[in-house]
Amino acid sequence: MAKESFFRSLFKAPTSDSDRPVLSQDELARLGRVVPDASRCVQCGVCGYNCPVGIPVRDYAHRGLPVDDPTCITCGNCINVCPRGTLRWETQVHSLLVNRFVLEGTGD
Amino acid sequence: MQPLRYLIIGNGAAGVTAAETIRQHDPFGDVTIVSAEPYPMYSRPGLAYLFINEIPRRQVFARQPEWYQQMRLNLLFGTAVSLNVDRQEVRLKDGRILPYDRLLIATGARAVPPPYPGADLKGVHYLDTLDGTKALMKQAKRRRRAIVIGGGITALEMTEGLAHHGVDTHYFLRRDRLWGKVFNDTEAKILEERMRHHGVAIHYNTEVAEILGDRRGRVRAVRLKTGEEFKCNIVGVAIGVRPLLDLIQNTPIQTDRAILVDQTMQSNVRGVYAAGDCAQVYDSWTKQHMLDILWPSAVAEGHAAALNMVGEKHEYEKGSPFNACLLFGLHITTMGQINPRRNGDADEAEILQFLSRGSSEVWYTYPRHYASAWSEDGANTVRLVMDGDYLVGALLVGDQSTADPLRYIIENRINFREVHPDFSIGGQALKKNIQQFWIGLNQKQQAVKVSSKQ
Repeated sequence: MAKESFFRSLFKAPTSDSDRPVLSQDELARLGRVVPDASRCVQCGVCGYNCPVGIPVRDYAHRGLPVDDPTCITCGNCINVCPRGTLRWETQVHSLLVNRFVLEGTGD
Repeated sequence: MQPLRYLIIGNGAAGVTAAETIRQHDPFGDVTIVSAEPYPMYSRPGLAYLFINEIPRRQVFARQPEWYQQMRLNLLFGTAVSLNVDRQEVRLKDGRILPYDRLLIATGARAVPPPYPGADLKGVHYLDTLDGTKALMKQAKRRRRAIVIGGGITALEMTEGLAHHGVDTHYFLRRDRLWGKVFNDTEAKILEERMRHHGVAIHYNTEVAEILGDRRGRVRAVRLKTGEEFKCNIVGVAIGVRPLLDLIQNTPIQTDRAILVDQTMQSNVRGVYAAGDCAQVYDSWTKQHMLDILWPSAVAEGHAAALNMVGEKHEYEKGSPFNACLLFGLHITTMGQINPRRNGDADEAEILQFLSRGSSEVWYTYPRHYASAWSEDGANTVRLVMDGDYLVGALLVGDQSTADPLRYIIENRINFREVHPDFSIGGQALKKNIQQFWIGLNQKQQAVKVSSKQ
């Protein structure tokens, strides 16, 4: 894909379902995605209200799941507006590091 | 077998989390939630953001009515007035009687009215419920003069909101420092400066003796302890909250300041559980039953209670109380034991009579072997509180880059001295030391992982 059309596909609002860039979970994880820390979230909804494509980010944060909505344009608005620092940007490399650290315990 | 009847009194963070957890573990149980307010669950911390117009009113609802249907939860609107633990039933104000097999009390807490005459005048407001916030916003639109009393996060959120609406806002402090039991002088000054920048006038050592009304029962002024009168139309009150315990009066359920529960969230009466603001939970940090008025604690407690209610053995381990907030554009994170002074003010007991929303009793405690480290860099500060070799509390203002590592270190009780002996020195290098410690911890754990595989 030409560089220009790739960026256009990222930033153009989808006009129909078939226009949506369909990315697999792996591709999304590699590009990077918004990941919540559920223990910080107070469900205030500031994130979803500021999402330009209307993703209910709060519901993801509530379940502690990464925002893997295929319409996410990766603008990072939700991360910036969250008053509690619940959301962070995570690429696959980063998530591998975090998983290794958190999931495998402290090994004290 | 008959499906179990679960009854949950309270439609807040603890109650709704519990209902959801019960449904996940018991698909056939009959789950009923009783809500005293005529709304689906809304975010109480979100009220502050509603007040400063960050979000519209519809956005404050964290669950829609359809969600309750999808999860097959019965949502009843009504006030529970009495409980009969022998017959296992709860009576609502409108006369309905609800029998149960497992009961969860998650009624929460409500703002305490000011302890002087005039508390019932029109113009005395709380940032505590959705209806209260609506009324306050309506008043604030008329752009007049307001005073705010109270020493916690809610009071500060209220001043921020009032100033945002263009109201001439005056913040009354009983002492000479903002949030004296949590902040030290520098932390308080940073925030005070921000407040002034937003147009809030701060009055030190000022106490109200009486709220004065006009002939139509509206606030016209407050009389100070010095005898002076101070004209205002709005009195914002956030001096703390009191757990709602009306339901369990005349029952054998044990209480202290709230319902005492063991580590399974069960009260002394079998089958009756409590969670959230109205529960007093055993805290392994201070080895006492402690009160938290925090959203994440309420969620964790509701989850733990639900697991035990469906019959799974689950011991709740109360984590280090944590709160992150945004006040006047400044990020502040508070965790663990952070009281900067061993010997507080003489009227400490009075000040601490009620806990304010968004805080924990644990914060005000003082570790046995107190040591602290401190770093300040403009409007960014890091303060660490240590008990021996362990970190027990931290307070960050501004830069939050070390918040998550610190939280991890506190909650997992990691001895930091063996990794970085200079951790407690403080000063400009503190942030760097924390980062180095974090990297070191990562490497050490990786090494452990590798050696355990061999």
